[in-house]
Amino acid sequence: MNVVIVGCGRVGGFLAGLLDAEGHRVSVVDIASESPARAERAWFPHLPHSFKGETIHGDGTDLDILRQAGVERADAVLALTEGDNRNLMAAQIAQKIFGVKRVIAKVNDPVRAQTYRKMGIDTFSRTTILGTLLHAMLQDDREVGEVLIRKSLAHEEDLAHEPVKAR
Amino acid sequence: MYFVVAGAGEVGFHLSQALLEAGHEVTIIEADRRRANFVQDKLGSIVMNAAADEGRAQMEAGCSRADALIAVTGDDAKNLVICQLAKLNCHTPRVIARVNNPKNEIVFKTLGIDETISSTRVLMNVIEQELPSGGFMPIMPLAGTDIEMIEADVAPGTPPAGKTIGSLRLPSGALVAGVFRKGKLLHADEDTKLEIGDRVIVFAATASESEVRKALVG
Repeated sequence: MNVVIVGCGRVGGFLAGLLDAEGHRVSVVDIASESPARAERAWFPHLPHSFKGETIHGDGTDLDILRQAGVERADAVLALTEGDNRNLMAAQIAQKIFGVKRVIAKVNDPVRAQTYRKMGIDTFSRTTILGTLLHAMLQDDREVGEVLIRKSLAHEEDLAHEPVKAR
Repeated sequence: MYFVVAGAGEVGFHLSQALLEAGHEVTIIEADRRRANFVQDKLGSIVMNAAADEGRAQMEAGCSRADALIAVTGDDAKNLVICQLAKLNCHTPRVIARVNNPKNEIVFKTLGIDETISSTRVLMNVIEQELPSGGFMPIMPLAGTDIEMIEADVAPGTPPAGKTIGSLRLPSGALVAGVFRKGKLLHADEDTKLEIGDRVIVFAATASESEVRKALVG
């Protein structure tokens, strides 16, 4: 699968690492938070060292940057920046302009998440997903989170054993 | 008319002031408390201190009875979402977005925002009118359409020199509206013969601009 991930924070970097390890072709897009003098990789501190995909430095709502990331042959685009609006814009560009079949946007405002889901953009809200999970954990309701927690603990184990590259 | 203006930066502030002076009713939504207070001091209690990209704030601002919502923050993604939410949730009949990156004009159109204002584009048009541009100048888009007005000079060696308007290879839908000759505006029809020194006024679809350019300046 060809996957473009817009926004390479903790979630974007984690997911990019998972997909890359499974053999998918992944490119990640993120704006620079560091000075351009630093090495390209320093802009993507959340990617695992083993990551073999493309890293593109730029604005993920810009048509040319998305093209550069390979959106035209992408099977899926995930918009995972810290801004709900940027995610919604990137996701809509991918779906409506480039015709990407599978598009998912992180939208933390539950109201916006629902509105755009009705419009056909797959959205998820950290607010409601995490809130619902925490609520269930507090109530000792194991059913809600069981699979999710088991899988994420396994991923944490993998991350903890990632070889560290010394400078 | 009733307008909701999202964003009280320089653009939003002066726009609201002009709308008020023209006798319209205005509500401004501004997320920054200090800016909201500042504008309130200048323009009166028409400012809501809230996030314009939240559905609730739009409802409270009365977007469902507004004649138009104008999103003029400095953030294109925010302006897009503000306009889309107003259309979807409040059924605001007219939404206008400011675009800061001119590339986003076409993006916004594709995503259902009919009217966009790009200050970069406006400035470029002004500059292009001042600069020698091979005698071909897109002057301005017509609001609410995909049509623009273009001026072109008939110079020696250009395709229209000595030809009739009917024989120009303009794209379909393009219309020659008039000809300036020696300071006078002439009525233009199929048989009008163009002379060197004429300036032609054309209306054409923005998307066909390059074809119009080809037909008029080669």
